[in-house]
Amino acid sequence: MAIIDPRHAAKQLIYERIFRSATLSAAILVLLILGGVAVSLMHGAWPAINHFGFSFVLREIWNPVTDQFGALAPIYGTVVTSALAMLLAVPAGFGIALFLTELCPPLLKRPIGVAVELLAAVPSIIFGIWGLFVLAPVLQRHVQPWLIHNLGHAPFIGGLFKGPPYGIGILTAGVVLAIMVLPFIAATMRDVFDTVPPMLKESGYGLGATTWEVMWNVVVPHSRAGIVGGIMLGLGRALGETMAVTFVIGNAHRISSSLLAPGTTISSAIANEFTEAVGDLYTSSLIALGLLLFCITFTVIAAAQAMLRRLERRGAAGL
Amino acid sequence: MNRRLWRKIKNGIFLVLSLIATMIGLACLAAILWTLVSHGLAGMSWHLFTQMTPPPGSSGGLLNALYGSAVMTLLGILIGSPIGVLAGTYLAEYGRNSRLSTVIRFINDVLLSAPSIIIGLFVYELVVVRMGHFSAIAGALALAILAIPVTLRTTEDMLNLVPVGMKDSSAALGAYPWRTTLSVLYPAARSGIVTGLLLAIARISGETAPLLFTALNNQFWSTNLNAPMANLPVVIFQFALSPYKDWQDLAWAGALIITVTILLLSISARVVLAMLQAERGAGR
Repeated sequence: MAIIDPRHAAKQLIYERIFRSATLSAAILVLLILGGVAVSLMHGAWPAINHFGFSFVLREIWNPVTDQFGALAPIYGTVVTSALAMLLAVPAGFGIALFLTELCPPLLKRPIGVAVELLAAVPSIIFGIWGLFVLAPVLQRHVQPWLIHNLGHAPFIGGLFKGPPYGIGILTAGVVLAIMVLPFIAATMRDVFDTVPPMLKESGYGLGATTWEVMWNVVVPHSRAGIVGGIMLGLGRALGETMAVTFVIGNAHRISSSLLAPGTTISSAIANEFTEAVGDLYTSSLIALGLLLFCITFTVIAAAQAMLRRLERRGAAGL
Repeated sequence: MNRRLWRKIKNGIFLVLSLIATMIGLACLAAILWTLVSHGLAGMSWHLFTQMTPPPGSSGGLLNALYGSAVMTLLGILIGSPIGVLAGTYLAEYGRNSRLSTVIRFINDVLLSAPSIIIGLFVYELVVVRMGHFSAIAGALALAILAIPVTLRTTEDMLNLVPVGMKDSSAALGAYPWRTTLSVLYPAARSGIVTGLLLAIARISGETAPLLFTALNNQFWSTNLNAPMANLPVVIFQFALSPYKDWQDLAWAGALIITVTILLLSISARVVLAMLQAERGAGR
């Protein structure tokens, strides 16, 4: 029979309590951080909300001289650049995931997968400086004149491609964002496709389906929640991305019907103007923009996580 | 057209498209690296590591920015990673299935992909407004908040990979959970937790947005944590957008340094993880 020294046991119990509460408080701190972010942004944005009311999100004007601020132009820029990014990155990400799961020779699978993941590790400021000095001139010289010439007079969409080729602007920001979110979308889709049971795929092949038919009729329906989750995770990144966009967007607080024109986004407006903002209302309006961004991205990311989680649970339950 | 043939053609078209998509992705990485190397190497010299950031129109180096980045990244990791590791320990060991843990896991995943500029605004409101001025400590705090979710996630995952038998053996010897965690679980999951730290360093050392209105920038050498401090990302941001050739060259050199550092960190994190997996595989 073991002999337990009661003093030793008591001491152990105290250590146990200390360690347990240390880990618990660290865990709760994570909750407090998110709560703190929400509260402090609301506190900082209060003067602007109080002054402009709900019309803040509906007005296009942005004039620091007369203290008139509205968020419509940044909201428009954020939505349009992100939509462009998704339009380009989702099909490309799907293609990369398809290549990695179905086509790639096993020997190359890991190096290419790692290369795609490394693209995700490149900091956003690098994408910004590259976008400004390399991508923007290429778009200005080769792509934008072509768009203006061939699509500028097309019915319905012609207005999107009018005006001079600035190089920087909404379109360039969308392209840079697409390159940035591409690895996230591709990696998530690849992981999701890998969870499809091989038996399902083999059954498809056994019936004589081609690779594409197995992909489109078996793998995609099976992993729909994960695909949408991955896309929304990428969308969350695109909406909140700051530095890369700030370099190439052109910082013009106006809504232009053309995609080639300069614009602004919520995050680039904050990054550009925050340290130079004089006056409480100016600073507060910028923080109100931050609050808007927080609400939008929180919703998108939370929805994405909920979908990916549902998939995980289904995976854990069997199949 | 023959239906069978058409299906084959369709299959071929989509497979070629997926190959093209992969090529485009790899080409983007190659183009970015090539630009960085070709522009950055031109600006590489010893002056980078011995001189301060210059005023407009003259040459100089990046010493104060490199120092500032190193100090703030280190401080950020020192503050953030213990919190992340402890919280990950709670999720993996104490509250594995509790409702609180589910909520924390969810919130942590949201924080993991939340825009970093929002964290910058938060620290601005929390620290800079209260103190009345920008400071290196505020910058380090913003980076710490960004490091927490990364370390938390990897710590929890890695602790979950430790075989249950090890934990049970320790408990059978009469050890309390804290002793088991410190003496058995942490050593067993060591390389995994180190991976998390490397990933966190890689994540925060390139962050620009949260430093813009916390640490700001400083043209001079400063070791005062209570004052604005130079840092590489913000210097790159300012210098790249300036009209001066000298400044732009420094920005490219800084961009090369930062990218190479981060890619090396990411690759070594992967190598550590691969070694861990090989070890596991061999032990079985």
